[in-house]
Amino acid sequence: MNLSKRWLKEFVDLPEMPLRQFTEAITLSGSKVESWHTEGEEISKVVVGKVLSLEKHPDSDHLWITKTTVNEKEEPLQIVTGAQNLHIGDYVPVALHGSTLPGGKKIKKGKLRGVESNGMLCGITELGLTTHDFPSTIEDGIMVLTEQDGCKLQLGMDIREALGYNDTIVEFEITSNRPDCFSVIGLSREAAATFQLPLKLHTPQVKGGAGDCTGLLDVKIEAPDLCPIYTNRVIQNVRVKPSPLWMRERLRAMGVRPINNIVDITNYVMLEYGQPMHAFDLRSVEDRTIRVRRAKSGEIIKTLDGVEHTLTDKQLVIADSKKPMAIAGVMGGENSGIMDDTTTIVFESACFKGSSVRTTARDQGMRTEASGRYEKGLDSNNCIPAVNRACELVEMLDAGDVMDGILIDDHSDKEKHRIRFEPEWTNRFLHTDISADEMKKILVKLECEFDGDDIAVPTFRPDLVHKADIAEEIARYYGYNKIQSKKLPGGAEGVITEKQHFMRNVNRTMLALGADEIMTYSFFSPKSYDKILMPQDSPLRKSVTLRNPLGEDTSIMRTTALPSMLEVLARNYNNRNPEACLYELAGEYIPTEPDKLPIEKTSLVCGMYGEDYDFSTAKGILEELLRHLDLTDWDIAACSDAYSFHPGRCAKLTAGEDTLGVIGEIHPNVLENFSIGTRAYVFILDTAVLQNHAVAARVFKPLPKFPAVSRDLALICDADTPVLELEKAIQRGTGKLLEHISVFDVYRGKQITLGKKSVALSIVLRSAAATLTDEQINGAVNKAIKELEKIGAVLRS
Amino acid sequence: MLKDELQAIGSKALEELQSVSDQKLLDNLRIQYLGKKGSLTTILKQMKDLSAEERPAVGKLANEVRSNIEQAISKRTEELKKLELEHRLRTEAIDVTMPGKPKKLGSRHPISSTLDDLEEIFLGMGFSIAEGPEVEYDYYNFEALNIPKDHPARDDQDTFYINDNILLRTQTSPVQVRTMQSQKPPIRIIAPGRVYRSDAVDATHSPLFHQVEGLVVDKGITFADLKGTLETFIKRLYGEDSVVRFRPHHFPFTEPSAEVDVQCFNCHGKGCRLCKGEGWIEILGCGMVHPKVLSNCGIDPEEYSGFAFGIGLERIAMRKYNIDDMRLCYENDVRFLEQF
Repeated sequence: MNLSKRWLKEFVDLPEMPLRQFTEAITLSGSKVESWHTEGEEISKVVVGKVLSLEKHPDSDHLWITKTTVNEKEEPLQIVTGAQNLHIGDYVPVALHGSTLPGGKKIKKGKLRGVESNGMLCGITELGLTTHDFPSTIEDGIMVLTEQDGCKLQLGMDIREALGYNDTIVEFEITSNRPDCFSVIGLSREAAATFQLPLKLHTPQVKGGAGDCTGLLDVKIEAPDLCPIYTNRVIQNVRVKPSPLWMRERLRAMGVRPINNIVDITNYVMLEYGQPMHAFDLRSVEDRTIRVRRAKSGEIIKTLDGVEHTLTDKQLVIADSKKPMAIAGVMGGENSGIMDDTTTIVFESACFKGSSVRTTARDQGMRTEASGRYEKGLDSNNCIPAVNRACELVEMLDAGDVMDGILIDDHSDKEKHRIRFEPEWTNRFLHTDISADEMKKILVKLECEFDGDDIAVPTFRPDLVHKADIAEEIARYYGYNKIQSKKLPGGAEGVITEKQHFMRNVNRTMLALGADEIMTYSFFSPKSYDKILMPQDSPLRKSVTLRNPLGEDTSIMRTTALPSMLEVLARNYNNRNPEACLYELAGEYIPTEPDKLPIEKTSLVCGMYGEDYDFSTAKGILEELLRHLDLTDWDIAACSDAYSFHPGRCAKLTAGEDTLGVIGEIHPNVLENFSIGTRAYVFILDTAVLQNHAVAARVFKPLPKFPAVSRDLALICDADTPVLELEKAIQRGTGKLLEHISVFDVYRGKQITLGKKSVALSIVLRSAAATLTDEQINGAVNKAIKELEKIGAVLRS
Repeated sequence: MLKDELQAIGSKALEELQSVSDQKLLDNLRIQYLGKKGSLTTILKQMKDLSAEERPAVGKLANEVRSNIEQAISKRTEELKKLELEHRLRTEAIDVTMPGKPKKLGSRHPISSTLDDLEEIFLGMGFSIAEGPEVEYDYYNFEALNIPKDHPARDDQDTFYINDNILLRTQTSPVQVRTMQSQKPPIRIIAPGRVYRSDAVDATHSPLFHQVEGLVVDKGITFADLKGTLETFIKRLYGEDSVVRFRPHHFPFTEPSAEVDVQCFNCHGKGCRLCKGEGWIEILGCGMVHPKVLSNCGIDPEEYSGFAFGIGLERIAMRKYNIDDMRLCYENDVRFLEQF
């Protein structure tokens, strides 16, 4: 909400003070200033001048040489101009040598086709204004100042002062609980309370005299639940013309374009009182009947903006006997608008239920200035003063003849809301020591009334309901920053849950393993499932779907975070980053029943590409993570049916009976779908399974006292026997003595029968009880060899 | 006779030792003189031919010579070792300015690391960390928080809906409601997490962002406790000399409500580009829990009171690291990530 300081001063006699002081004070009392500016602040050294002579430029067919005076005591200035609309005696804006114009444009003297020009005569747009602001001016030419437009024709006067283009505009952030502050009067009331000054309210005075309007229209509210009050006043002999400068100035300052006196009056009243006004042509009212009713389902209205709307029976309209004339609180209909030949207009000032206007505007896809105000809930007691103010302005501007009387149907509740005044409770709640008198003073300033122990709240403050609301009013005018701070009492323990502790551990470990943490959106496009080759009938395709997404790209909640990781790998690849190793603790959302919340899982997704990464580095990271998280009972098995992965380079991970996750190289088709031009490796783990299988506490094993022995075994086995099986066989054979196995060579090719491979392993044996004897060692190794033979692995001869 | 020979051997040995330049030659020399077949040993074998009177004196001399040679050898050994080490150290010098072999540590995402900072501060102040679902019932996100259907405040937070009753939470406040419904006061929690609002993506907006909300409910909690707690938090975050102000604001679930600003670090309140000329930077929103919210959650507002606050994590993180575009946080380019 913009506020013209000039307008504000009509209601509050603010003393002169630096603007910053004003904005700080009013911000701290609760009306937050977002920004401020002064009109024409970029303009300097532009003054009112008068054209004394006009002469054709000798070397040009369109330039004119003028003699223009800005000071009668001095020689007139010679200024060359290209405009064709000037006459001798015109008053014009003169940008002197060294002046600046909006946009930082600097004017200096110089020569135009050999003729000296000591400045520039300005057009209206060059001053940052429009022809709406000064209706007698033209866009294409020099701005000619006229008394008719309200300009001050005083030679040498700063142009901003001459045009009234020097108001200061303060922009406020108005919170949704304060519809009253969407008005000059509302903000003036806040300013008056902030600076402890009187608020100079004025009751509109309407002379009338153009006959009695009662009986001219039959006004009736048929839906009092949606419209507590509806009023009309009638203006005859409408005289449409531009508004006077003071009104245009104020509208412009508030960001509203001046149109003509009638439109300007409705806007002016809306800004001043916060009450939207509507004007329509009396001729368009069929049977002189106005009904405020719910629309018939399917009823059609074309609004002033030319758009046709089909209405529902939940939406409120203003109708005559046959047709809807306006969507209540949103926009008028084209059929009842003011025309060039309109002679009698009807002002409408009414109050509609906020939530109804809000849903209607939303459903019809048209939020207007009026609906934006109505939907916050307006004060029904404001309707009559506002319509009277409009009539007063009509008379002031000679825009028509106001008829006597007011057409009204009023169902509004005039009773003021009451809240008990509890100063002691308030002081306890705020931890303050404010006297009851001081509290009363603050509340009275806000137009609260006292009735015994009760506070009667003004009807324009629907936000004041509870004693806590009263406490806020007192606190903000007493000063939030004057309330002494206090430390919370001690004794509370800040604890984190086991799960939080575990997740911290996962994060720390992944970082230590060299993976960068990423953060991706929880929603994506349904196409993401296609991109990872998820089968059409996969249950994971059933996702929580947003009813109103920003776009298809963010329309479903992911059931797997793999596509999110691949998007990030792709982005890095396409940004020419040579390698990436990333992880995310990613939320996944598995739908349950339609009216129940989904299950939210957290997966650990780790993805990588680059020269240093292959399946075994990925697995190395995985193994070290699992070791660090103390997972002992996990297992791995080749898996060729994980659709997103290379069928020959993928493994399923299990922990006990549970599926822990998957690791593998991404399928070449998936890489292509994501435009990743290199191999990429990913593992995904279910963190809940991880946590369930992590051993709770580590137990120290004493350091060995006796030496270890190592034996190397060179084995020949089927090429497709997994090394893990060999390791398990050795484990079975050597039992407790086995300390460690490492594979140091796998070979296929010459010297090895086709279909076989050679695997060289080193095993380390140790006993905690004694130095191993040769007998023990050989016994264990031989047992291992027997176990190996059982799975078809023999010693290489 | 024998004496002369002994003395001759002794001085020859000492002389030869001086010119020995490596350990191996030194060992040879030892064998040559002191070995089983060494010259000193050979001479001593002739001792048996001496008379009983001569023997002690010669014997004594022989021992002296042996001990002199041994001492000289061990001294020379030390010298040689030292020379050798000096040589090694000299030849092993490397260019210490060569880059090290990379050993990469992963980088915590800047939003997470900011959250880590905040969690640490609040844990230290006795707050526990509470969590709740991101896909949430309208009831917990709005209705219980004093925002009934059609309340204008719903427009302040453009909401993603799943259906009429389920939505993506627009704030982490539903966690507060769930906590109050399941736990009796005293309550002292923060609720960090993802929240969703239908804002189009730009440099300062994202349809998904993070909040840390806090809640304290107990007997006798006042506006002064709210102020003290948040002042302490801001000072821990931004330094003891931070200047903090409370500015009235409106949230449907708190009353009185406030926004908290910290004086611009850059211009100290004068107004600059960083603070958009205001001199203050908005940090968080807060207020005393609305009595209606307390009773919605089954807590008697006449007996208990509390305060709540909400902090936008992205803004704190962006300010902390001077990140000028929020999109970078969700693009996850490693050149971005590895700066943190």
